[in-house]
Amino acid sequence: MEITFDLNTIWFFLIGVLLAGYAILDGFDLGVGALHLLVKGNTERRLMLNSIGPVWDGNEVWLVTGGGALFAAFPHVYATVFSGFYSAFMLLLFMLIFRAVAIEFRSKRPMQWWRNFWDTAFSISSILIALLMGVALGNIITGIPLGPDKEFAGSFWGLINPYTVLVGITTVALFMMHGAIYGVMKTEGELQKKLRSWVNNTIIFFVICYITTTMATLIYFPHMVEHFKNAPVLFIVALLNMLAIANIPREIHHGKDFLAFLSSCASIAALLLIFALGLFPTIVYSNPNPEYSLTIYNASSSQKTLNIMLIIALIGVPFVLAYTISIYWIFRGKVKLNNMSY
Amino acid sequence: MDVEILSRIQFAFTIAFHYIYPPLSIGLGIIMVIMEGMYLKTKDKFYENMTKFWVKVFALTFAIGVASGIVMEFEFGTNWATYSRYVGDVFGSALAAEGIFAFFLESGFLAVLVFGWDKVGPKMHFFSTLMVSLGSMFSAVWIVIANSWMQTPAGFHIVGEGLEARAEITNFWELVFNPSSMERLFHVLSGCWLAGAFLVMSIGAYYIIKDRHIRFAKSSIKIALVIALFASLFQLATGHQSAVGVSKNQPVKLAAMEAVFDTQENAPLYLFGWVNEQRQEVSFGIAVPGLLSYLIGFNPKTQVIGLNDFPEDERPPVNIVFQSYHLMIAIGMALIAITFLGAFFWWRGTLFKQNWLLWIFVFSVLLPQIANQVGWITAEVGRQPWIVYGLMRTSEGLSKSVEAGQVLFSLILFTIIYTFLFLLFLYLLNEKIKHGPEDPDLIPSEIGHPKS
Repeated sequence: MEITFDLNTIWFFLIGVLLAGYAILDGFDLGVGALHLLVKGNTERRLMLNSIGPVWDGNEVWLVTGGGALFAAFPHVYATVFSGFYSAFMLLLFMLIFRAVAIEFRSKRPMQWWRNFWDTAFSISSILIALLMGVALGNIITGIPLGPDKEFAGSFWGLINPYTVLVGITTVALFMMHGAIYGVMKTEGELQKKLRSWVNNTIIFFVICYITTTMATLIYFPHMVEHFKNAPVLFIVALLNMLAIANIPREIHHGKDFLAFLSSCASIAALLLIFALGLFPTIVYSNPNPEYSLTIYNASSSQKTLNIMLIIALIGVPFVLAYTISIYWIFRGKVKLNNMSY
Repeated sequence: MDVEILSRIQFAFTIAFHYIYPPLSIGLGIIMVIMEGMYLKTKDKFYENMTKFWVKVFALTFAIGVASGIVMEFEFGTNWATYSRYVGDVFGSALAAEGIFAFFLESGFLAVLVFGWDKVGPKMHFFSTLMVSLGSMFSAVWIVIANSWMQTPAGFHIVGEGLEARAEITNFWELVFNPSSMERLFHVLSGCWLAGAFLVMSIGAYYIIKDRHIRFAKSSIKIALVIALFASLFQLATGHQSAVGVSKNQPVKLAAMEAVFDTQENAPLYLFGWVNEQRQEVSFGIAVPGLLSYLIGFNPKTQVIGLNDFPEDERPPVNIVFQSYHLMIAIGMALIAITFLGAFFWWRGTLFKQNWLLWIFVFSVLLPQIANQVGWITAEVGRQPWIVYGLMRTSEGLSKSVEAGQVLFSLILFTIIYTFLFLLFLYLLNEKIKHGPEDPDLIPSEIGHPKS
């Protein structure tokens, strides 16, 4: 395949970077949420919650900024996808609100019923958010019906089919694995032992889902691997992805939890890169009628705007990385409860 | 009901709910910076505990602000897709800039602000507080720029025709400094400072009346009163500036704000009234002759363009705009009066003995909130029927693939969830007020904390 590094291409990959940043960062806190109900006992649940306490809010900002960047760089994609997936996105927004509220309010009152209620809300909303995002991603792979006017021409139920649900479950599994590893890194004692024993199970769960999804994609949606056939060198990304996943149990076994976490981050990044390479230069594939697909050229803003936005990104991103790294550095180490905790 | 009215209601409802919280965060942000600055300067533990209390209140408003703010970021796409296609090239950049410059700054340093008290030194913590406060104001900067572009579009040209037509950027700085952005920005910011200051004054006054946390309450009130005094006057100046701007840039909005039907010199300024749109007159009103003309041009001979000079389908609903505008001004004046009374009695040394005034402080927390809401109603309803003034009608901006049933369903859910969220907010705020600040004599502990 040929990639010319024009502004449209740069923005395609920059938005990919924002979404990968989101998946890596919010991915672990959604994963911690998905595992939350499996952890019993108030103190242990508070430790789970507070392991993501200072950072979950900032992690969601990656999604918000990704949305803003998509709006600015590819307004047609923003408009088509968000209005086309209307009901699904509303559900996602409600879950995001519910989850934020659950984290914030869970420990504010001592009653058991109060805490059980918010624990359940936190966990279910975390799972549903991951699932919905996966289903949305699945629909981008299968393609959605688009009209000549770039508008979505399908229905809500049309978005849900075995393949898209499979991608949804794979996403949940991926985040559970990622969250379990993060949990091991942030906790100690009994809770850590328990989480450590879950890591292998979540890896197995994820790998099974991943293989099934890959096979289904190869069989039903070969357009996603077109580029890989034409340029076998791209298989390196897939290989790196597999190595990163295989490396996780090894590092966990040796107690190198941080390296295991980095491996997990790398595998998420590689997965999204495979996805992006499969799509490129299409962003939203139209199925049927591929000629109506939204691409990085027919859905983008003007060159002038892409250029201005690139300058904004070049000024802003170094700051963003600097704060993100310093915040994680300040809050490194095992989580401890104190009177400012959730 | 059709998609248009439902989408309008949903956007109005979600943005009005969201806008309860950011002004409180922006206002409290400055107050926290001052308090923690005093801690750094005096090394008195008292100021640290004071800051900690307001940080907790801040964290609560911030959390709901973020949760309801994510909705706003995506609602342009879900409900106003045609608008998004039309303006994305211009409007989208302002939103993206907000994400990159403001949200990361705010949410990153918020972690240190709330959870980092014993992770970083006092100076680094103060720096974080400063960054959160700055971030919340940056966010206001970009969002007001984006909205002002919808009021007074600049720095763009229209490319394409028919359904393919859209606005494209020609000059980024003309977008940023569009004719109304700066005066509106300062007007919005002073409204935010007032919201924060009056919240602090309200809670402080309540403590004094109840004879609790006296030193804390007095200090908090004094700090907030200084800000309120400055902000309420600044509000008057920027409000005047904005109105003059509206008269130049959006004359039809100004005509609706003061119910001027026929173009005239010596136009009156109403103190209050009820607009009868059919008969084109203001009933039960009291007006000062010539004052509107005078205020707009410093000369009673200044001509004010009337609504009848505009085609009927390009006029906003008059009475809503008139009423919300007049309510905003009335409250603005009341806020000046309240802060001046406070300052006067502070100067006389008897502020904390004036129980009646303290009671006014307690309830006046609602005033900036109402003024902020009706101010935005004036701005947004006054822009109708346009979504981008003079360029695109609101009715043309809808999502074509969304049906009324879907919007009705989401609107019902928003109503339920936001009602619930608002009740939770009040409940938790009340809990924090009942709990109060940590006593400076006690080492911070779990005493009195419900969690354990």
